[in-house]
Amino acid sequence: MRVWQVLVLVAVFVFWYAMTAPGVIPPIMFENDRQAAFFFGEPLKIFQRIWDWFFTNHDIYGHLWVTLLETVLAFAAGTIGGLFIGMWLALSPVAAAIFDPYIKALNSMPRVILAPIFAVWFGLGIASKVALGFTLVFFIVFFNVYQGVKEVSPTVLANARMLGATHNQLLRHVYLPSAMSWVFSSLHTSVGLAFVGAVVGEYLGSSRGVGYLILQAEGSFDINTVMAGILVLTAFALVLDGAVGKVEKHLMKWQPRAGETEKM
Amino acid sequence: MTGSLPPQSLGGAFSPAAVMLNTALSLRDVSCTFVNRDNPSQRYTAVDDVTLDVAPGEFVSVVGPTGCGKSTLLNVGAGLLEPSAGQVHVFGKPLVGINSRAGYMFQTEALMPWRTARANVMAGLEFRGVTDASERAEAWLKRVGLGGFGDRYPHQLSGGMRKRTALAQTLVLDPDIILMDEPFSALDIQTRQLMENELLDIWAGAGEESSDALSAPRSQAVGGRPHTGGEHVRKAVLFITHDLDEAIALSDRVVVLSAGPASHPIGEFVIDLPRPRDVAEVRVTPRFIDLHKAIWDVLREEVLKGYAQQKLAA
Repeated sequence: MRVWQVLVLVAVFVFWYAMTAPGVIPPIMFENDRQAAFFFGEPLKIFQRIWDWFFTNHDIYGHLWVTLLETVLAFAAGTIGGLFIGMWLALSPVAAAIFDPYIKALNSMPRVILAPIFAVWFGLGIASKVALGFTLVFFIVFFNVYQGVKEVSPTVLANARMLGATHNQLLRHVYLPSAMSWVFSSLHTSVGLAFVGAVVGEYLGSSRGVGYLILQAEGSFDINTVMAGILVLTAFALVLDGAVGKVEKHLMKWQPRAGETEKM
Repeated sequence: MTGSLPPQSLGGAFSPAAVMLNTALSLRDVSCTFVNRDNPSQRYTAVDDVTLDVAPGEFVSVVGPTGCGKSTLLNVGAGLLEPSAGQVHVFGKPLVGINSRAGYMFQTEALMPWRTARANVMAGLEFRGVTDASERAEAWLKRVGLGGFGDRYPHQLSGGMRKRTALAQTLVLDPDIILMDEPFSALDIQTRQLMENELLDIWAGAGEESSDALSAPRSQAVGGRPHTGGEHVRKAVLFITHDLDEAIALSDRVVVLSAGPASHPIGEFVIDLPRPRDVAEVRVTPRFIDLHKAIWDVLREEVLKGYAQQKLAA
């Protein structure tokens, strides 16, 4: 299976190389055989660029670090915010009824348009990207927490009460774990969105980060660097996703996995 | 047959106050009416005018046709549900809020799925801030035969193991009253009989062990019914079931509820089978069969009534 997956990747790059490298095959679409390379980049040059970033000039690490920091901060802030507000609204029907239309309105708003406003409010540094990522992560976590609290089994709740749990203990030992199970199941989505928030924020105005690198390269029509940036971001996103998967597996070990039959 | 076992008149011989002092759990004229929230004109009276006493150390079963409000009655006794009318007394004191002297074993899954078996058994002790919760939980897990399973999560346990965990979770708190809502109804018949025997063993021996090794002895002086003549404190059990065999095999007394709505006790039978009992063996003794026939005579009509009503409603 792995072999096939790698083969697909190799095939894509070979096709890309064949179509773009000047002189390999006669131009089909373009008048000049350099034009394909101009529009789509050349894989060899892209890999060269990535190699330079990581091993020759060592200048990508700072940008990657900034992007990672923005992602993690946005994720943490969004999760904590969503958790608290979600718990509060789920346990207070009156507040939920009052805020319901506003939550829906805010959630349906295309939040990427907020990025320029955040840039004005928080400057071009990390804070504006964290704010954008927060607005993306918050709603994912919020809705999951809300659902998680609502879905607490009435029997488990009654049982905890019979075992003598106080209101705070119910919050900590029943509502919170139930809500967290929903949050963890949406971890992939929310980390992904935090990442999107960071990169889009950088792209729209910043002085550091991988999104900034891509923007710079686009400004000078350096398509190879743009592609290199995209590849690095993709690989990075995969690594993040893998890390999330590890964390999820560890924290959710109490849940029956798919394929494991539940015993009656 | 029925002549030798007349359904006793309920609570007639004692004045209510005197009865209350000698009871672990006492329901007086309890009625529960549910109102449909969307349509207040739609009301449903689940139980009506129920008076039921459970003496300390007594094992009482309540049987009745499905949908007759047995669980409602138990929830009232647990303090999870406030009755529309009537009083609930626990060891002579009016019940306010959750019944802290009672442990509740639910019909459906009630274990916290995010806690291991041990952590589940520990939960109640943890809520109370007990320091040696882990050791006590382990001791109870061993007692219900799950010594090596403490680190498993509920979904990794079989149904019978989960029920035993739930039993340990309830009993580790050493409650004076155990409320059980068809706890074994989801189990297959063999597992069920095993669990019933285990329950009887633990119930018979609960006082001894819990008073020396597992927890401080209760200050409450409870006479109890003289089953074994010993000093140890047995727990009062209120056991809800629709299985008459189970009820007779386990209990000191069986109360028959009428079909709902507005169900109420219509018969009460003292089960004088000798203890200790084996639930599988006791079923074939002549006395058991006599009792079964006597109670079934009362219950059958109600079951048919309940069935007819459900058919009508459908």
